[in-house]
Amino acid sequence: MDDKVKYYLEIADNALILSYRLSENSSKGPFLEEDLACTNIALDLIGQAESLYNEAAKLNGKGQSGDDLAYRRSERDYFNTILVEQPNKDFAYIMVRQFFVDVFNYYFHTELSKSRDKYLAAVATKALKEATYHIRRSAEWMLRFGNGTEESNRRAQDAIDELWKYTGELFNASEADLNLRESGVSIDLKEVQSHWNLKVNEVLYLAHLKKPNNEFQLPGGKNGIHSEYMGLILTEMQYLPSKYPDAIW
Amino acid sequence: MKKAAIDEAQLLKEFEEKIEAEVKIEPRDWMPDAYREHLIRQISQHAHSEVIGMQPEGNWITRAPSLRAKKILLAKIQDEGGHGLYLYSAAETLGVSRDQFLQWLHEGKAKYSSVFNYPTLNWADIGAIGWLVDGAAITNQVSLQRTSYGPYSRAMIRICKEESFHQRQGYEIMWKMMEGTKDQQRMAQDAIDRWWWPALMMFGPHDTDSPHTSNAMKWKIKRESNDRLREKFINKTVPQAELIGLKVPDDQLKVVGKDQMGEPMYAHGDIDWDEFWRVVKGDGPCNKQRLDHHINAHENGKWVRECAYAYQIKTNNQ
Ligand SMILES: [Fe+2]
Ligand SMILES: [Fe+2]
Repeated sequence: MDDKVKYYLEIADNALILSYRLSENSSKGPFLEEDLACTNIALDLIGQAESLYNEAAKLNGKGQSGDDLAYRRSERDYFNTILVEQPNKDFAYIMVRQFFVDVFNYYFHTELSKSRDKYLAAVATKALKEATYHIRRSAEWMLRFGNGTEESNRRAQDAIDELWKYTGELFNASEADLNLRESGVSIDLKEVQSHWNLKVNEVLYLAHLKKPNNEFQLPGGKNGIHSEYMGLILTEMQYLPSKYPDAIW
Repeated sequence: MKKAAIDEAQLLKEFEEKIEAEVKIEPRDWMPDAYREHLIRQISQHAHSEVIGMQPEGNWITRAPSLRAKKILLAKIQDEGGHGLYLYSAAETLGVSRDQFLQWLHEGKAKYSSVFNYPTLNWADIGAIGWLVDGAAITNQVSLQRTSYGPYSRAMIRICKEESFHQRQGYEIMWKMMEGTKDQQRMAQDAIDRWWWPALMMFGPHDTDSPHTSNAMKWKIKRESNDRLREKFINKTVPQAELIGLKVPDDQLKVVGKDQMGEPMYAHGDIDWDEFWRVVKGDGPCNKQRLDHHINAHENGKWVRECAYAYQIKTNNQ
């Protein structure tokens, strides 16, 4: 697979699968305003994914559409991080997962908006505006959880402890990513990581929440090795296109 | 005592004059208790309908067959939740809190539109809901823009602006499926077969059997009768069905004349009122599922609401 296509897919798949998880939460929010806020972020992320799939389909030059890329690949050919596949265990999980990704997206798109790939830079510039709002909301929730009640603090801490091992993968550069460095298409994830660490440390400190001591990390998604959840996500998401391959919807 | 009675009679007279003169009633104005109660019931029921209605459509979000379809569906469901918010706010101006409305819903004391107690079984159901259910809702809501209570009327005007795309996107799903494969056509016909009658029932009982209609008409809360609105909906929708090759599941449906614009007017078959009342009273396919879902979400969110509240108190005290 072309490096650029692979790089586009990594970014798009992350957005698509996280939006899938967020959209599952529709009508299940703790109150109506937050319910709608989750849907809103899901919509932003699908928009980002769609732009990238459409362009990746063109770059790929195999006559596929953006939808074909989104819906008709095998599990092994999706390159999102394992973090975004993790289920909506409770609202603390949803928001901790979101916080980790939002902080990443904020600094990632800040860098990517300077990419020498004009298309990527444009997508990132738009995504950065959205991420600015997303990060404000999820960081605020960390403060509420941590400083709210004993229960909210405990639930948030549980989520942090459980999800931590999936955060490292965000900063693992894939081969495609590394190959695109010299031409200035891809961006340095080390840079993103140092910003991410600072921001996460700051918010957790203010929220009286703890960063886990266990540094064990579990990557895989960027190489197409996912958690067991991924197959179920795809089974559901791809249901209609797989069952009725000739249908146009 | 006597003076109070006279005052009340005077206030009622002024209230009725305002209604007569099409002046909107506002939250601070005097209003008869029965008017207030009718509005509390109707607006909260309307709000609950918007919110419970998110569930049958939400059932297909994760299976929406294209990115575009998924975006449209998410945006639509988000609109409906937003309508719920406007309507809860309008209802709160009558002196009842959203928490109380939710409690009444969970206790089974407040209703929502029965149409959402039917299941969404294939993707065309998402089309049928937008086209038929939103279509019926819009017919009703357009008329309610002129309702006599100011906050309700303004909420309706806002909602109607956002509703226009709901019906269009639903119809678009239907015609795409009718232009598609045999399987898709079968799904589309199956969807109209199951949603047509529940959509007609959304307008409520015949005017002669509708317990709340007469007061509501007198006070201009309701501006057009159930049967009149139902006719409007049928006249508008049957040609749309025929245009894309869908059969309306009513053998007795026939053209009985033309309106001033030369468009056909229809007479329809009997509505199954036993089914209607059965579902209203709780025995529809999904009544329990919808309510349980809402109660579960609310209970699962309890610690979140407590946390947000505790945090707000703490930060306000700093
Ligand atoms: Fe609505
Ligand atoms: Fe609607």
